[in-house]
Amino acid sequence: MYTRQDKIAERIAHVVLALASALALLPFLLLVMASFTDNSVAVVEGYRFFPKKYSLEAYAYILQEWTTIGRAYGVTIFVTVAGTAVSLCISSMLAYVLSRRDLPGGRILNFLVVFTMLFNGGIVSSYFLYTNVFHIKNTIFALLVPGLLMGAFNLVLMRNYFTTNIPEALTEAARIDGASEWTAFARVVMPLSMPILATIGLMTAIGYWNDWTNGLYYLDDRNGSHLYSIQNVLNRMNENISFLANNSSQMGGVMQTGNLPTTTMRMAIAVVGILPILAAYPFFQKYFVKGIIIGSVKG
Amino acid sequence: MYIMAIPGLAYLVVNNYLPMFGLVIAFKKLDFRLGIWDSPWAGLQNFSFLFRTKDAFIITRNTILYNAAFIVVGTVLAIAIAILLNEIRSRLASRLYQSILLIPYLMSWVVVGYLAFAFLSSDTGYLNKALLRPLGLQEVSWYMEKKYWPFILILVNQWKNIGFTMVVYLASIVGINKEYFEAARIDGAGKWKQVRYITLPLLKPTVITLTLLNIGRIFYSDFGLFYQVPRNSGMLYDVTRTIDVYVYNALMKNTDYAMASAASFYQSVVGFVLIIGANLVIRKVNRENALF
Repeated sequence: MYTRQDKIAERIAHVVLALASALALLPFLLLVMASFTDNSVAVVEGYRFFPKKYSLEAYAYILQEWTTIGRAYGVTIFVTVAGTAVSLCISSMLAYVLSRRDLPGGRILNFLVVFTMLFNGGIVSSYFLYTNVFHIKNTIFALLVPGLLMGAFNLVLMRNYFTTNIPEALTEAARIDGASEWTAFARVVMPLSMPILATIGLMTAIGYWNDWTNGLYYLDDRNGSHLYSIQNVLNRMNENISFLANNSSQMGGVMQTGNLPTTTMRMAIAVVGILPILAAYPFFQKYFVKGIIIGSVKG
Repeated sequence: MYIMAIPGLAYLVVNNYLPMFGLVIAFKKLDFRLGIWDSPWAGLQNFSFLFRTKDAFIITRNTILYNAAFIVVGTVLAIAIAILLNEIRSRLASRLYQSILLIPYLMSWVVVGYLAFAFLSSDTGYLNKALLRPLGLQEVSWYMEKKYWPFILILVNQWKNIGFTMVVYLASIVGINKEYFEAARIDGAGKWKQVRYITLPLLKPTVITLTLLNIGRIFYSDFGLFYQVPRNSGMLYDVTRTIDVYVYNALMKNTDYAMASAASFYQSVVGFVLIIGANLVIRKVNRENALF
């Protein structure tokens, strides 16, 4: 039954949502247009949606610096892939153990996991531990390990998935047939858990892709700039627009700081930074929404 | 069997449990060369330093007030948009709106910092050069004027996170049994009455749970929002500095370990109490959603 009132409500909804969508996209449009603006025009009339004069100079400069940016993309991709893979491995194994109701000590294990959601040592003591005891400063582990590798929240989501979707009788049957715990886990549990692994894997990957705080804390310009991810490069460029030039001259590059089109370069570098994730978005959009929903109200 | 748990547990020990013991730094006069354990004890000195400054009050106030504003504004806006989205019959259109509204949530705070800069930069920003100047109005040094920032931060936060919250509420609304609406319609209830007497009351448990979860985390702020968007501008600290930003600056910029560790300890402990409190309430309201 579709009444006149439904029709009006739907019209209003369309208007409001179209407006909201425009507001969501507008800043990106400004960013892109600004990046294609002629630098001398941008300096005078500022960033505009419809600049007086277009130019590709900002991108030309970025292309010159492709060694630094390409490298940063290499780091980001490596950290995202490796981090997500390791994360899924260790999380699913621990979550599987947590899901076993017959296991002695299971309650204690579960408590140990949940407790980390309630209490944490804070960034200061983490920072001292990671730099002073584990010495990960200016190593690739700085981007991989702190905070992101495994979270109690994802463990709980996985554990709940295992307990509700994988009957214990199934793994028991596998063991009766002579399968070891490992085989049962790898051959029976994992294949049945693809939906949750895909969802949590995606959220973890986005977390790694977007992370800039680990680099901020554990990498520095002098000894760690070769490990900067794309987010770290963006962050440094935000603080100091000539970072790219300085960094490349340190590495024997040719770029001159004086005549950089800094005003538009700032925007172009951000465009380069967001392009890949925007391009990939349509393909993972479905899982992204699912990830948000299962994450929000736990299971 | 237990072997499977070892890598994960080892990580929890390194990443979560050792730092808990590391909290003793707050009671030490930290000397980097001596390490954590061998540094001399300082008793409560670090805390008395911290709480003697007016910073302690400011960062606590900012953290709590901003979070409170985000909870209220975010919940209202998200529910409104979710209800509207539920009225759209075309699946394609509804998916499209949802996807677009989620794009900001997908971005890192660094990127959001750039987007904000495109509007707010005093020399080349859109607001100054394309809006204020042509209108003959005084241009504003956005990154130096405190009074605008509470609004800017709330706006930017909503812009980035509204899609996320909206999706959560939409999932709840879609889960409502359609028969309720049919019955209401037969009884002659209009759209507004249906929203008022069916949708909103049935959303109440979700609202309460999410709000309590957020209240449990009210002592933690989104470092990215408060660091990247105001570009860590010192002029704005009074209205943009939250506990997390304060700790970062004390630790990394000023290497003031006493202040950093005291503030971090303060956040951990009060945060713990709040989370436990919020969870006890959630358990009363809706057991399934409690963390423990």
